[in-house]
Amino acid sequence: MEKFTAFESTAVLLPIDNIDTDQIIPARFLKTITKDGLGDQLFYDWRYDASGAPKADFVLNKAESKQAQILVAGDNFGCGSSREHAPWALTQYGFRAVVGTSFADIFKGNSLKNGLLPIVVPADVHAWLFENPGAVLRVDLAAQTLVLPDGRKVEFPVDAFAKHCMLEGVDELGYVLQQADAISAYEASHAAPINTLQG
Amino acid sequence: MSKPRTIIEKVWDAHLVSERAGAPALLFIDLHLVHEVTSPQAFAGLRERGLRLRRPDLTFATVDHSTPTTPRTLPIVDQIAATQVAQLEANARDFGIPYFGFQNHNQGIVHVIGPEQGLTQPGMTVVCGDSHTATHGAFGALAFGIGTSEVEMVLATQCLPQRPSKTFEVRVDGRLRPGVAAKDIILAMIAKIGIAGGTGCVFEYRGSAIGALSMDERMTVCNMSIEAGARAGMIAPDQTTYDYIAGRNFAPKGAVWDAAVARWSQLPTDDGAVYDKSVTIDASSLEPMITFGTNPGMGIPITGAVPDPSTMPAGVERESLAKALRYMDLEAGKPLAGHRIDVVFIGSCTNSRISDLRAAASVLKGRKVSPKVRVMVVPGSQNIKRQAEAEGLDQIFKDAGAEWREAGCSMCIAMNGDQLEPGQYSVSTSNRNFEGRQGKGGRTFLASPLTAAASAVTGVVTDVRALPGKV
Repeated sequence: MEKFTAFESTAVLLPIDNIDTDQIIPARFLKTITKDGLGDQLFYDWRYDASGAPKADFVLNKAESKQAQILVAGDNFGCGSSREHAPWALTQYGFRAVVGTSFADIFKGNSLKNGLLPIVVPADVHAWLFENPGAVLRVDLAAQTLVLPDGRKVEFPVDAFAKHCMLEGVDELGYVLQQADAISAYEASHAAPINTLQG
Repeated sequence: MSKPRTIIEKVWDAHLVSERAGAPALLFIDLHLVHEVTSPQAFAGLRERGLRLRRPDLTFATVDHSTPTTPRTLPIVDQIAATQVAQLEANARDFGIPYFGFQNHNQGIVHVIGPEQGLTQPGMTVVCGDSHTATHGAFGALAFGIGTSEVEMVLATQCLPQRPSKTFEVRVDGRLRPGVAAKDIILAMIAKIGIAGGTGCVFEYRGSAIGALSMDERMTVCNMSIEAGARAGMIAPDQTTYDYIAGRNFAPKGAVWDAAVARWSQLPTDDGAVYDKSVTIDASSLEPMITFGTNPGMGIPITGAVPDPSTMPAGVERESLAKALRYMDLEAGKPLAGHRIDVVFIGSCTNSRISDLRAAASVLKGRKVSPKVRVMVVPGSQNIKRQAEAEGLDQIFKDAGAEWREAGCSMCIAMNGDQLEPGQYSVSTSNRNFEGRQGKGGRTFLASPLTAAASAVTGVVTDVRALPGKV
């Protein structure tokens, strides 16, 4: 994973609550055995018509969206399935942060493991973002701030461990592998439930 | 005397491998279920890093999501799906994982076969790369869905870094009335607290109505915990639980069984334990539930009317409801009962177990399905399919004009050939009514097997209690 550095970008605005992972990437694209090509399938059924042509009125198809690295969506973004294909599709498209008022648990965890930062902001800031399309925002994970064009710094919460991993560009597996001794000790002292599985 | 704890805290505490300041706790995982869709990239990661599987004895694999439910004598014609299935088979072989493959007589939906095989047991931690892993919580296990990075982590270390969740008591007392099912309890609960109501929490379902449920019914309830935003939902084990597990393939036997039951009986929440949140549901007041919209929280009693966005204050919530009604092409303020349907789907990890099939068969016996409706009955596992056939349920379905298919996720996820056509309406016993979930442009009404079967007969959304000759 690459180190997560501060950046500035405009945002794509998607003012819809409860955007589920089936919208972010429909299940029929989950038959792949790799992570390749998922960015093209992001929001596929909202983005393309029955013939596969881009729908002109969908925000992701507008010229100003192409370079945006921030997505602003409604409450409870990423609800539904545990598919990590959702953050893979979002990051492959070019997003590095999703801003909303809340996120579904599994999606949030998956995103943090893939260099996609879920940013929770207060309702007034959320409303301001929707009222100001084209605003250039600065995302600073180290400072845990979303900086608005007028310089106002909006603080956001992030799990300290996930923040460390993102800033350093390391993944959690390395951390867990270092604890092999503790895992072995646990296994040695908890034989009973494991034995029951040997049928 | 130690502090009273909930079952959620007891299972958490018993699986702590390490706790370090500033880092999440490391939680040991007792059972890791693997399927074809969310695992290939995890195995690829293991190979890239040169890692082995730490505990193949605690890992089980099957295929369910992308596999067709057509006769098993036919090959998988979708080459992309066939490749994915072949990849899991190769991964299981290379890493030494027990594997119930496409042709195996134990194959089935991962959340159906775990309990069916006796793999799922009280007090365990259970994970799978699938959000409906919450199902296994019906046994008093802490069971939750994980992403593919976490699948890789569990394959490599049998552990997961985790933060503790809030505890959320869902108390359901009273007796369900005839025609009202376990599915209606959970649909009513989600409608009550909303699809994000359980975010950050683990539910514990308790109360007299929960204690009265069979294991199949408890699994239906726990299965949809994620549809209310909670990663997991648990029910304390009791005699019903032990009776279900006893004698199954991987269940403890003899003296080990006695010791296991003694251990499991310590799991129920202590008197005086405190939950972070709580909600109460009166089972005796529930009616059959059905969803009208595009998330599982958009549910109403089947006797009710579709909500009207114009009566709501302006805002994103009103817009979301209006958007849902546009997608569903439904008129606000009108009842849903009597609305035409094209398909009935009875199946999925929510409602594909033997008692679900018996419930549907009890309605369809001696009746015919509407000629306007395609009715698919998809058992959750090959074992359930054989049991249903031994009981003659398959003949009831076929005589009624329904399709009797092979085990799999089928039309719940529409990535295996079973899907709605654009614009079609279905009554489905599955768990998600998201836009396009059952096929691009398809529209889903979620309901119980009783409601689904009644609607199959009439060809319109039907209250099973109103079906002539049927209570």
